[in-house]
Amino acid sequence: MTSTIAKRELDDAGRKLLVRATQGRENFEDLVIVPIFAVVAALVLGALIMLATGVDIATIGKSFVALAVGSFGSLNAVSETLTAAIPLVLAGLGLGLGFRAGLFNIGAEGQLLMGGMAAAIFSFSFPGLPFPVLMLLSLTAGAVIGALYASIAGILKATTGAHEVISTIMLNLTSFQILVYLLRQPYIQKEGRSDPISKSVPDAGRLPQLLDWIDPNMRLHAGLFLMLIAVAFVWWLLFRSKIGFAFRASGANPDAARYAGMKSGLIVVAAMATAGALAGLAGAAQVQGVLGRASPGFSAGIGFDAIALALLGRSHPVGILFAGILFGGLEAGGRQMQVDAGVSIDLIAIIQALIIVFIAAPLLVRAIFPWGFTRATKGGK
Amino acid sequence: MDVELRGITKRFGPVVANDNVNLTIRGGEVLGLLGENGAGKSTMMNILSGLYSPDEGEILIDGKPVVFEGPGDGIEAGIGMVHQHFMLVPVFTVAENVVLGVEPTGRLGYLDLKKARAQVDEINKKYGLRVPADELIENLPVGIQQRVEILKVLFREADVLILDEPTAVLTPQEVEEFFGIVSALRDSGKAIVFITHKLHEILAISDRISVLRQGAITGEGDPKELDEEKLAEMMVGRHVSFAVDKAPAQPGEEMLTLDGVTVLDDADEKVLNGVSFTVRSGEILGIAGVQGNGQTELVEVITGLARQNAGKLTFAGEDISHASVRDRHFRGMAHIPEDRHRMGMVDSFNIAENMALNSYYDEAYAAPFGSINWPRVHETAAAFCVDFDVRTPSVFLPGGSLSGGNQQKMVVARELERQTRLVVASQPTRGVDVGSIEYIHKRLVESRDEGDGVLIVSSELDEIMGLSDRILVMFEGRIVAEFDNTGGKADRNQVGLAMAGATGGEAAA
Repeated sequence: MTSTIAKRELDDAGRKLLVRATQGRENFEDLVIVPIFAVVAALVLGALIMLATGVDIATIGKSFVALAVGSFGSLNAVSETLTAAIPLVLAGLGLGLGFRAGLFNIGAEGQLLMGGMAAAIFSFSFPGLPFPVLMLLSLTAGAVIGALYASIAGILKATTGAHEVISTIMLNLTSFQILVYLLRQPYIQKEGRSDPISKSVPDAGRLPQLLDWIDPNMRLHAGLFLMLIAVAFVWWLLFRSKIGFAFRASGANPDAARYAGMKSGLIVVAAMATAGALAGLAGAAQVQGVLGRASPGFSAGIGFDAIALALLGRSHPVGILFAGILFGGLEAGGRQMQVDAGVSIDLIAIIQALIIVFIAAPLLVRAIFPWGFTRATKGGK
Repeated sequence: MDVELRGITKRFGPVVANDNVNLTIRGGEVLGLLGENGAGKSTMMNILSGLYSPDEGEILIDGKPVVFEGPGDGIEAGIGMVHQHFMLVPVFTVAENVVLGVEPTGRLGYLDLKKARAQVDEINKKYGLRVPADELIENLPVGIQQRVEILKVLFREADVLILDEPTAVLTPQEVEEFFGIVSALRDSGKAIVFITHKLHEILAISDRISVLRQGAITGEGDPKELDEEKLAEMMVGRHVSFAVDKAPAQPGEEMLTLDGVTVLDDADEKVLNGVSFTVRSGEILGIAGVQGNGQTELVEVITGLARQNAGKLTFAGEDISHASVRDRHFRGMAHIPEDRHRMGMVDSFNIAENMALNSYYDEAYAAPFGSINWPRVHETAAAFCVDFDVRTPSVFLPGGSLSGGNQQKMVVARELERQTRLVVASQPTRGVDVGSIEYIHKRLVESRDEGDGVLIVSSELDEIMGLSDRILVMFEGRIVAEFDNTGGKADRNQVGLAMAGATGGEAAA
């Protein structure tokens, strides 16, 4: 490929333009303050809901203490929080990447199931492979199958215009049945079991636990590094690479992308495949790091929570990382809440949902907390 | 009815959109309101129509202060707005559109269309609008649709009519007719506010002129004592030259040739019908025509965004009939798209990203592992900004934060700073302030003088007349006339007639 752009030497006027403009107060507010207030508002509203359902104030207080302690109050709590965050962040990264490319992919749940299933089957099919080869290859199998499964929706959209929301929802439903069917196959089903459950992942295929030398109950596993690498990779892909530039341009203005010579069909398929690979990795990490085998519904809605996560993180890899840790904390803390205060774990789901509602309505948050912002409402221009 | 704005100030955050504006609108008079984009014209008119309330100052109607609290209050008080973009229901008739929202109803909410039609006809007769009351909007030409908008306002008994850039969609002949209607309205005692950025029009129709710059009134006067140059100076704040300064063209080799290019739309209608022409290096070929006569499709076919159903395109001697957008880009085709917001830029991308929008894959920007060499992108963008006078403190600010003129200069810089051989510029100065227009025109002429072929597609006849060495006129998907414009010798009137579909344009010289 040839170049049509000459190298330029800059004069003073030009160098001045290279000064990083500050992100601006407003930008900071949207990215940081709004999510924080959204969480606060959701917690307050959650408390009011508890109050309305007849929980007394002392119990509410106790439950919030349990939430805090259970999520970040001890090493064990942090371990649980991060363990829960790993698949959420991995799947959330894929969804956020899709959002950036203008794809509203609902299919992380299905891709995650297929990826996790693939990782389980691969690992027990090659029990002779040593660690870490088996572990890495199993993860790869999860990513590849997740990517292929997501590509179905991408190819359908690129060739026929089928909307990805519809096709990914259908693919989710399909994946549930495929999973149950596969789990009953003699090759896959655990010997001596009548319920659909897969054979176990051999030790060489497991993601090693990181803190079991302190306490064998700490479940945090090496997927943590996978998550951090994925955050860095997606950041690089989106903001540094050519393909990511095309993703973002297609998402922000498809006509401008076409004008710039980007091939929309190719971008749709590539973005879906990348998102699917990340969701597949999430499933593989869950199977190889926590569960040790595949069973029906082992995804436990992670693929759906990840949608909320990607929105909360503003489709930015670092934002998604923090959102994932928050959601992981809510999950770990929620279990503690149930134990200590006897409050239903469903309340956590309500709080998570409320956070999303508030995030989606930044004007509402600005109106509730006017003192947190430079301007209470956005004026028209 | 007289309306007075007294000391109106309106702020949006730190931006002062209107700064202590005083303006008097009198019945039986046309007030010309001139200003660049972003000068505060729209804000002022939105205050008058009740959409915004001013932070300071007051509105007086016939000497009595009034307070508008919502968008309905303006029309209630007799102030009607005719928007630049029509707000009509295409599948309704004229009468139905006119009464929409204030339908005359009989018992039980029965819609009395007969009464509506009678009322429409009455207004028609009174002002000589000649609009067929029973025709569907979608069957009417744009010029008539505009009159329907005026009808709507008159039907609501407005005494003050605000016309926002009303001539943008009209041919020169339609403009004349339109001015006739405006005069009739004025003579019947209506007050007219005529908003535009076209200087000769404001001089032709106004009884009084007010010029707005950066939110403040910077000049007022009698059109008889003003000329275009003085007005432009008031509008921009410095001297502006209108004549595009250029030497006679020196056409060279054939750069782009279209041969019988035909494009069908979804309904299999020919939107381009056997279009053939050649752009040579070192010349500016202008394509004149009223919007919607196939110009958009023409540019899309040339740049590779759409495929022709028949015909052949040759670029610098090579067949590019089936070449991709990117291929054409690398062969040296620059494309300034007609609507920068829709196609030419990504508002949320920063200026540097926008400057690399269609060259991010260029070898000059290549880095290992499929990365982009961002420092190089940033430096190049900074150099482009300096060269093209894109006014911004940093290349890291979003493209959408620039003013319209600077956005367009950004797009033009991106396209012209590369090594190009053919520049396809569609509406290169649409929605751009006078100062930037002057600059963009200068750069297009420079491209020509460096030996590029330049194709300009514009619905602004002034732009075509001023820039082109040769003019083609498009009408209903065909080239209907060709004019030699060396030294500006083409007859404006003839071109205008050809734009309206009259045949018999002179043959190529």
